[in-house]
Amino acid sequence: MAAIRPAGDFDISYAHDMAVIRRPWQWAAAVGLVAFLFAVPAFSPPQFLDALNLIGIFLVSVQGLAILVGYTGQISLGQAAFMTVGAYASAVLTKYAGVPFWFALPLAGLGAGLVGLIFGLPSLRIKGFYLAMATLAAQFIIPWIFRGFWVATLGGATGIQEIPVPRLAGFAFDSEWGMYFIILVVAILTTIAMKNLARTRTGRAFVAIRDNDLAAEVLGINIVAYKLRAFFLSAFYAGLAGSLWAHYLRSINPEQLDLIDSVWMLGMVIVGGMGSALGPILGTVFIRLLRELVSTLTPNLNDMLPGLGANLAGLGPLVFGFALALFLVFEPHGLALAAVFPLAV
Amino acid sequence: MAFKSVKLGVENIHLSFGGTSALTGVSFDVLEGEILAVIGPNGAGKTSTLNCINGFYQPDQGQITFFPTGSERRDITRLPAYRIAKLGIARTFQNIALYTGLNTLDNLMAARHVHMKQSMLAGMLYFGSARQEEIAHREAVEEIIDFLEIEHIRKSVVGALPYGLRKRVELGRALALEPQMLLLDEPMAGMNVEEKEDMARFILDIHERRGVTILLIEHDMGLVMDIADRIVVLDFGIKIAEGTPDTIRQDPNVIKAYLGEESQHKT
Repeated sequence: MAAIRPAGDFDISYAHDMAVIRRPWQWAAAVGLVAFLFAVPAFSPPQFLDALNLIGIFLVSVQGLAILVGYTGQISLGQAAFMTVGAYASAVLTKYAGVPFWFALPLAGLGAGLVGLIFGLPSLRIKGFYLAMATLAAQFIIPWIFRGFWVATLGGATGIQEIPVPRLAGFAFDSEWGMYFIILVVAILTTIAMKNLARTRTGRAFVAIRDNDLAAEVLGINIVAYKLRAFFLSAFYAGLAGSLWAHYLRSINPEQLDLIDSVWMLGMVIVGGMGSALGPILGTVFIRLLRELVSTLTPNLNDMLPGLGANLAGLGPLVFGFALALFLVFEPHGLALAAVFPLAV
Repeated sequence: MAFKSVKLGVENIHLSFGGTSALTGVSFDVLEGEILAVIGPNGAGKTSTLNCINGFYQPDQGQITFFPTGSERRDITRLPAYRIAKLGIARTFQNIALYTGLNTLDNLMAARHVHMKQSMLAGMLYFGSARQEEIAHREAVEEIIDFLEIEHIRKSVVGALPYGLRKRVELGRALALEPQMLLLDEPMAGMNVEEKEDMARFILDIHERRGVTILLIEHDMGLVMDIADRIVVLDFGIKIAEGTPDTIRQDPNVIKAYLGEESQHKT
């Protein structure tokens, strides 16, 4: 999608035409933005950093889901379950096997990716609603396994507590701002990787499957292999997010990330805009902030309207559902398109 | 033109859906470097034949053999579609089947898939060889864009393009696969005369300059007679004639299939 380009910016070589960052000032802006993000802990309160950390963790997972849903055109209602797999893998590896966090993180991704691969198998036969139902199974089977098996290690329904803190050269990342840096670095790397994926061979194969799977096959794309890759990658991202989640909260249980979280993440993909690298960022920030806003407002509303009482507890899902419905009607292509083409539509 | 050898052999193909038989004992050869047209009334089995060749359908009986340049002959009857594409057979569709959400450039780049080597990980890092490969294939794709005169829509999302241009992009996508053989399913359907002439010119150019063997389904008789070297006629899933345009034009079976039997009662 061609965005508006600055004047005097000509495509003098294919390499330049294909570059994402094209002008010196764009480099400066990118570096400036990253520097700003790294500087945020210096001037923000812990509550705000906590919100940012949760946004960052979910962003990684939502990016994975966006690869699967937005680019490959498949659907998954099991993303939160794959996060749980990553969280448990990372917790067990660091706590019981003594693996440093820095190795447990990619291994958690890998483990979740393999589980995702298994639950992606139905996609070879079924599409749409039926696939949604099949992936829903992951959301029930995985917590059930963590609840009922190897209770001595996995801790049954109470889960695992006192998950080790990531350490590097004597520094312990045990505070909001310590974890903020780790989450930020991971989120930046996954964002870059996703953007690059989208503009190279594998990403084009994903979109080809989404837009026309028959034509994709006729043009030499092995649909079976690429659908499974998409499921693996999506769950890999979820596993990374799960690992970050485990080491940030430092305790996990099978119910922490449930079906509602999977639905929220699907909502973030839709609200952000499918098939765009910007989409997951906008969607995650928007929905998480909406959620924070609602949970901050609820007690105040309770004071103002005491008659409603306990009914207000359900306000979060209500607002989310309403926002999603509005988006589907008024901005079905999501925030990303609205951001790139502010005057279109 | 002197035809050297057989490029694709279709041998006694039978295909049926439930109780309905779509193709009954169809056999023909496509020769190296020729333009072969398959014609016939609606429902004659033309598209089904193409679908058998490129692996969408598996015939109940019969064999399809491909003779790739510079390597052994291959029985492609039971190969999956993507493997057949890799061997060098590309096609276009009667109802355009582009990747509607991608722009022209990416549609063509997507068809370079089989010629690219980078792994998923290399693509995500977009570093070194993966980047160079992208640029090298971009050059190959730009050549096709020049050839088909679609420079102006290079970055347009194809879903929004007019019909005639989409047909052309689809042809470009098939070319980007660098096929040895091209299957064209009604490349000129629904076009006006000018667009048809453009398309005919592109097809002839592809044939002459790139030496691609072409198997073509088309309803416009005038055009078929002009550009095809040979013609195969199907009717109700049976081959009723095969030969040069001149012999087909005079073949009584063909005339009967297209015009029906002459009435006995003249008024």
